[in-house]
Amino acid sequence: MPRPLDARALAALAANPGCKRRAVLDGAGVDKSALAAKLGSPAPFGQSQFAIVRGNSFEAKVKADGGRELLRLIGVEEPGEVSVPDLAAAGPEGRVARTALALREATGAGAWTLLDHPLLALEVAGSPVHLEPDAVVVHPDGGWTVVEIKSFPMIDGSADAAKVGAAARQAAVYVLALERVAARTEGARVAQSVLLVCPKDFSNVPTASMVDVRKQRSVTRRQLARLTRIDEIARALPEGISFDVVERTAEELAAAVECVPHQYAPECLAACELAFHCRARAREADAVEALGRSVRGELGGLTTVGAVLAAARGEEGDPEDPAVAALRRARALREEALAGVAACR
Amino acid sequence: MSLISTLARMEAVESGRAQPLATVRHRRLSARPLVLVPLTTAGEAGAPLGALVGTDPEEPRLLVVPQPRDRDLRFAFLADLAEEILPYVDSFTDVVEAAERNEVDPETGKKVKVEVELCADAPQLIVPSRAGIEYVRLLGRSTRFRRTAEQDPETPFPAPPRVPLLGRWLTHFGERARVPGSSLLLSATDLLNRHWATGQSSLEDQHLGALLAWIAPCDGEPGAEAALRAEVGRDAQGQLLCPPAGPATDPAFDNKLLAPAIERYDRARQSLGAAEDGESADTGLAELHGAERELRRLIASQLKPTWHSVWRAIELLRELPEGARVEDRWTRDRWSFTGHRDRIAAGEPPQPRRDDAVTAASKLAAREQAQGQLEAQEALDDPLVMAGRRLAGEAFSAEVVEVTMAWTESKRPAPRPLVTVRTDDRPHLAEKVKVYRSLDGKPQAAEFVRYEEDGSPLLRILDRMGRSREPAEGSVPEKGERIVWTLFEHDQRVGPKLPDPEETPWTHGGPPRADAVEPPDAVTPEDLL
Repeated sequence: MPRPLDARALAALAANPGCKRRAVLDGAGVDKSALAAKLGSPAPFGQSQFAIVRGNSFEAKVKADGGRELLRLIGVEEPGEVSVPDLAAAGPEGRVARTALALREATGAGAWTLLDHPLLALEVAGSPVHLEPDAVVVHPDGGWTVVEIKSFPMIDGSADAAKVGAAARQAAVYVLALERVAARTEGARVAQSVLLVCPKDFSNVPTASMVDVRKQRSVTRRQLARLTRIDEIARALPEGISFDVVERTAEELAAAVECVPHQYAPECLAACELAFHCRARAREADAVEALGRSVRGELGGLTTVGAVLAAARGEEGDPEDPAVAALRRARALREEALAGVAACR
Repeated sequence: MSLISTLARMEAVESGRAQPLATVRHRRLSARPLVLVPLTTAGEAGAPLGALVGTDPEEPRLLVVPQPRDRDLRFAFLADLAEEILPYVDSFTDVVEAAERNEVDPETGKKVKVEVELCADAPQLIVPSRAGIEYVRLLGRSTRFRRTAEQDPETPFPAPPRVPLLGRWLTHFGERARVPGSSLLLSATDLLNRHWATGQSSLEDQHLGALLAWIAPCDGEPGAEAALRAEVGRDAQGQLLCPPAGPATDPAFDNKLLAPAIERYDRARQSLGAAEDGESADTGLAELHGAERELRRLIASQLKPTWHSVWRAIELLRELPEGARVEDRWTRDRWSFTGHRDRIAAGEPPQPRRDDAVTAASKLAAREQAQGQLEAQEALDDPLVMAGRRLAGEAFSAEVVEVTMAWTESKRPAPRPLVTVRTDDRPHLAEKVKVYRSLDGKPQAAEFVRYEEDGSPLLRILDRMGRSREPAEGSVPEKGERIVWTLFEHDQRVGPKLPDPEETPWTHGGPPRADAVEPPDAVTPEDLL
């Protein structure tokens, strides 16, 4: 059973756009957690049940009172009638169709509408991906606003920048998906700012802030456009390759994963289930990137730790190469300083 | 990352051991630091779960909140924390020395020297990681506006007496930690990362267990393997061998061990509350104590390894001799500590949620200045740091090959000796560029004149040679001497003076309102800190 891509995975792709391994595995809907576990480097991600309980109760609170609480956060004190249509339907396709219908009806209605957990579809690499934002608000003038409810606090009006960034990237995916629907709906317009709702200070009281996601939206869109090349990457793979986590043995899976080049960087550790596996490969290959993306910049054509050290020691490398010359100077200065201190002690 | 430290990381990869990034210790380590290892509840802002705190590595005090959503239990935790931290802080407030400070006389507008007290030493808080520093700030923010029953009898949920004071001190520590080079509040990971390069990336270096695995592995195990075990190694029950250094807990610990234990505690409290006779109350109480003991054991099991790691880090750093200019930065920390002590004694209100424009601007300027000063001082204290500056062309080590005396052409000629030096370094010199060397701890300036025919730089010494025609003894470089010159200044210039807060222009929000008192955080029916 392929595992569908969600907004979080799509947003994470944007963080490391050059990684073919991730693109193929995500495109094929492989359960990367199960794959990583079978490869012997299980993903360290998990969620505490305390966080889940707190998140759910907070979301319920935000959506309480028939959506009035949420509209108050947008800044509408007297919304009049707020309609909260029932979006239940059979199967994801049914729910997507139901959501599109509800959006169309709401846009014509000239009143406030709250769509609770709508389901949107976005074509990624040739197959539809289903996305479920926390909520979408339809304004009386036909504007649609994505609502992202998070349980990290906003203290004195500011929240953790890294977490806000992640939320913005995720919301940008929803904006893209909504734009597809809006293109087919008369009078509809998708707001380029999303409403981020967080607990205020140390309480469970919601507070909200509009977050401009134009930049994240264009990055993700460009990334998704590039993703269509997955079939091209796949075409280059050997025949009969399979990532079937249940059927294949660990060795077969490892060989299959090895066929698709990765682009490991330490940032992957926070976002990708396979990161520990790729890190082990990168370290085996002695790749300098394992020490950080920025490391490559100063090293010219030297790509392995062994080559860098050999060049620095004068065993290899062309002394005319500025990178090699800089390394030799760096090593000489470092040795001089360390030797001087050792002599003093 | 500079090329020299990149190289150090690669040497660490090859050797499997961390490599030195410094030859002296660049931060003050107090003889009696207070180590604080906090844990927080996932998903809640500032709901502590427990902490180990103390000044004796052998005898930490364990504080536990058996039910983090219970406000009374949280207050009890904070009161206990205050009882640990405040007496420690207070032990430094009374030992003072006399000092002088420049102040502007409000009547004459002249600068005058004022006799003031300066605390002879200052407290030092050490937490495991950067997240720990943020958590200290968060605890400070969450407690400093609390009201005690004494301050406000009407307050709905009065805080224990010393908790708001604890908040003000933690806020001060947290704020001071943002000043580069300060040592009032430090994290073990930052300390270690300043002094050693590991064979992993700086992101992975934020993991205290993995970091120590590279710097001080047991039995000479290769760093990468030991670090991997610290990162992901789990026991038969699926628990991490090296629990996270906090304040966040491992989700597997939360879900498998902590949640059932808290549930048991809740049940025991309920049955105790529902007990109708003495006998069932006794069993209920026994069950409650049992549940609490179990929670304390669990939380201690997560805190203990980190506690030992922090002390191990302190031990490692103590082996390095302190840099010569660390004392100077610590004196600034002492001034900051003394200043806050005085503000509290004067009954000033807690630090505001947001700084006014003038305070914010002066804080930023001070941090910028501290950053420049730190960079200069670290290089002057440590040849290995200086090596990085030399590689970057910001300093050069040179041998004096010739000294020619010369004088200014004024009525009273002053010495301006010309010094030819030879160097293998490649400083970014251009005409009139100033260079500095350290002479008896004070900077002496020279300017670059030209390159001689053989490529040796020619420098003109500009100051610190005394007032007479002949330069003072030892103030002019001598032939054969090896000197390190820097292109950066050794002391940082103080930026332009900011107006008094009362003079804040309207473009920046105008003067602060004297009548605006920071209200305590609103209380809601939900649990909140």
